[in-house]
Amino acid sequence: MTPPMLAIRDLNVWFGEPPDRVDAVKSADISVAQGESFGLVGESGSGKSTILRAVAGLIDSWSGDLQVAGLKVRGARRDRQFFKTVQMVFQDPYASLHPRHSVDAVLSETLHLQGIGNVDQRINKLLDDVGLGRSFRFRYPHQLSGGQRQRVAIARALAAEPRLLLLDEPTSALDVSVQAEILNLLSDLRAEHDLTYLMVTHDLAVVGHMCDRIAVMQHGRLVEELPVADLRRGAAKAEYTRGLIEASGSLGATA
Amino acid sequence: MTNTMTRREWLLSDAPQTRRQARLGAFYQGWLTFRTNKLAMLGLIILILLLGMAAFAPLLAPHSPFAQDLAIRLQPPSAEHWLGTDALGRDILSRLIHGSRITLFIVGTVALIAPLIGLFIGTVAGFAGGWVDQVLMRITDIFLAFPKLILALAFVAALGPSIGNAVLALALTAWPPYARLARAETLTIRHADFIAAARLQGAGRARLLFRHIWPLCVSSLIVRVALDMAGIILSAAGLGFLGLGAQPPMPEWGAMISDGRAYILDFWWVAAMPGLAIFTVSMAFNLLGDGLRDVLDPKGGAK
Repeated sequence: MTPPMLAIRDLNVWFGEPPDRVDAVKSADISVAQGESFGLVGESGSGKSTILRAVAGLIDSWSGDLQVAGLKVRGARRDRQFFKTVQMVFQDPYASLHPRHSVDAVLSETLHLQGIGNVDQRINKLLDDVGLGRSFRFRYPHQLSGGQRQRVAIARALAAEPRLLLLDEPTSALDVSVQAEILNLLSDLRAEHDLTYLMVTHDLAVVGHMCDRIAVMQHGRLVEELPVADLRRGAAKAEYTRGLIEASGSLGATA
Repeated sequence: MTNTMTRREWLLSDAPQTRRQARLGAFYQGWLTFRTNKLAMLGLIILILLLGMAAFAPLLAPHSPFAQDLAIRLQPPSAEHWLGTDALGRDILSRLIHGSRITLFIVGTVALIAPLIGLFIGTVAGFAGGWVDQVLMRITDIFLAFPKLILALAFVAALGPSIGNAVLALALTAWPPYARLARAETLTIRHADFIAAARLQGAGRARLLFRHIWPLCVSSLIVRVALDMAGIILSAAGLGFLGLGAQPPMPEWGAMISDGRAYILDFWWVAAMPGLAIFTVSMAFNLLGDGLRDVLDPKGGAK
């Protein structure tokens, strides 16, 4: 049996020292199979992004057991192999691109760091993959719209041909019409490159569109884990999940 | 359509075709912003004239800056000596022209060394955090605790008076504010998502520091340096005035004022002319700095 792409067992993440210590995530267990798209849902501050950041090695104050493609990771240090396997797309495309680096500079640095040659050709291919023409190659972030920036960020994440993509609310900073474009792009890319997604969102519509299975979080704990089909049928068991569905359903009706 | 028009379009193109075009385009856009500031343009023109003056000093100067002629000492401005002569009968205009080289040398070197030291110390402190930050910033505090000129005086007194030592002393006293500035900038960007994204590509600390953090700190430092240039000129002149900078007979502007001090009431031009030169150049640097801030400061609102 192949090991799961991502196995999280008994994950605790905290910030600060004891008197002011905040436990952001409390004993979370998540397992994402190879090729699956897994959604993490919950209100703001429920700790869903924190899980992604701990996996990515951007937070070092965590305990528990983290395995990526069968390999254990520790602390905040990650090796080359990890960066080739796991990449992340950040929430706000206005903050995740260096304001003084052109698209070309961002992508060629990434390719260089990942030890991939043939930079010119690869950059053009990446830009085609994310639906940006080659004419965008030498633009700076301030010359791009939010959706275009997010496409660049996705191209950067795809540059190393990772197998697991961590998506931290990749559309919440974008306009509704652009959101759909980016979500479709992500769906297409997953099919094309055989990617595994771990996606954080607070938007149940996005989850229904993108994910196979979801986990619902509240106050740093996993409340419930269920297949998206059950979510659609309204077969959620936990009180909180039902409340969440109701809230987003009424939102959907008014929108 | 004319040729210049298409070149302008090429530069302002939204979709540059090559790295060079993108870079030139960004530069041109900055130039267009800068050009709208008339005062900044005035400052730039004055400084270009100063550079030309320094470059062609031997050709421009009507007399030797060192030739003494006691028979014509302390002459008022005339057709022969446009700005008059000093106590040893030397032509003040020629000395001013040659002195521009010394002034530019001092200002240029200090403006290169001090921000570099400050940028390095500040960004390392801000990026590393922890005890590295503590140690580096306490050292900075110690330097900041002394009045600048007094500290520079102490350095020159210890090292011996000369131009090289004056430059060194000024650079050693000028870096702490830059370190503070660079550290503050670093603290605001070190947790930015684009730094995290670069780390996820496997970028090491040195790369993050030099490739990602430095470019964002440099522009505010450049602005600060341009505005500090005037202060550096004045400090250099101050050291020269106190006899600790350039040594006679070098035509350093501060030292020239010092020479004219004894005659300031009866022969005002001896001290006033170099004073006017210092004033003009300081003002030009301030105007230039103001214009540069419009172009470079990311927080200035100019998008």
